[in-house]
Amino acid sequence: MIYIEIFLSFFQIGLFSFGGGYAALPLIKTQVLEVHNWLTVEEFADLLTISQMTPGPIAINASTFVGTKIAGLPGAVIATIGCVTPSCIIVLILSYYYFKYKNLSSIQGILKGLRPAVVSLIASAGLSILMLAIFKTKGATLLNMKLSDINLVGIIIVAISVFILRKFKLDPIKVMIGTGIAGVFIYGIL
Amino acid sequence: MEKNIKFYWKLFLSTFTISAFTIGGGYVIVPLMRKKFVEELKWIDEEEMLNLVAISQSAPGPIAVNTSIMTGYRLAGIFGAFITTVGTVLPPLIIITVIAKFYEVFKENWIISSLLLGMRAGVAAVIIDVIIKMVRDIIKSKNNVSIAIMVVALIAAVIFNINSALIIILSGAFGGFYYYFKKAGENQ
Repeated sequence: MIYIEIFLSFFQIGLFSFGGGYAALPLIKTQVLEVHNWLTVEEFADLLTISQMTPGPIAINASTFVGTKIAGLPGAVIATIGCVTPSCIIVLILSYYYFKYKNLSSIQGILKGLRPAVVSLIASAGLSILMLAIFKTKGATLLNMKLSDINLVGIIIVAISVFILRKFKLDPIKVMIGTGIAGVFIYGIL
Repeated sequence: MEKNIKFYWKLFLSTFTISAFTIGGGYVIVPLMRKKFVEELKWIDEEEMLNLVAISQSAPGPIAVNTSIMTGYRLAGIFGAFITTVGTVLPPLIIITVIAKFYEVFKENWIISSLLLGMRAGVAAVIIDVIIKMVRDIIKSKNNVSIAIMVVALIAAVIFNINSALIIILSGAFGGFYYYFKKAGENQ
């Protein structure tokens, strides 16, 4: 039955994607292009574009997109449930032990080692988002950029937003909505 | 805090809103969660939030979903985890279902593309703001081990592109051994 196949495919994607969205991509590709012929290569490229533009984890976006394509809304729901089931089980087990033993000094040591690494991982993700915002050309970085790659408007919006966030402690969601509206006026209308 | 319907509704609504604005990758959930759960509702503290993110990252699956599950479990047990999972999964489910139907319109629409271009800059700003705060906290702690872990992890992630789950596991193992032997040394 198609629903069981969908569930099992996305269960595997959820189970084996360690380390965030881009680790999930090859797994999604294998499942939907190679194991099953659920998407064409063009549709897979569309899926990537949509995932980058819309909120939510890429694995969940892929689940919904593929599920809808092959079996409508029930397909989307089943695929999504399949994708998050391994997380739910594993994370709940980890949560149980974490909250039970977090005050042990050996666990405290591990956590003390983890926290600075997490800050770096957030910084690394932030850096790639920043590159997307301040360069027009895809794949441009600080090392290989040309003057024509620079998106001056992007840099100005980022700078003003950081200033507002730090000075007035505004809600980040409001800042994002604000820059979205600014984008419509600046890129769309001018 | 009292676990009534109002509490669960607030929990659901908070995770739903956070998920709807987690654009451009799972870590964007960190500044949004920090604002909502740490600063506004004061349900968890900053250190605990980083612990939850770290543990989430070492499990398989999307980091935003995993962090939500842990936060829900921390606040209201299994049922809380269920509420936050549904809250996190719904926005992408709704948005992608709609877009999958109207993809051609969506792709060509200038309002949407310029809106997204603008929001991307906002996302970058939000994440820079939270990084400045967190890096400053670590430097201010004057804990040289923490600063060293941060620098090495940054180099590993940015320059060598090492998988983040691996970085988490190695830094956790290092922290575990280091602080264990330090304590053992002090006790002698």
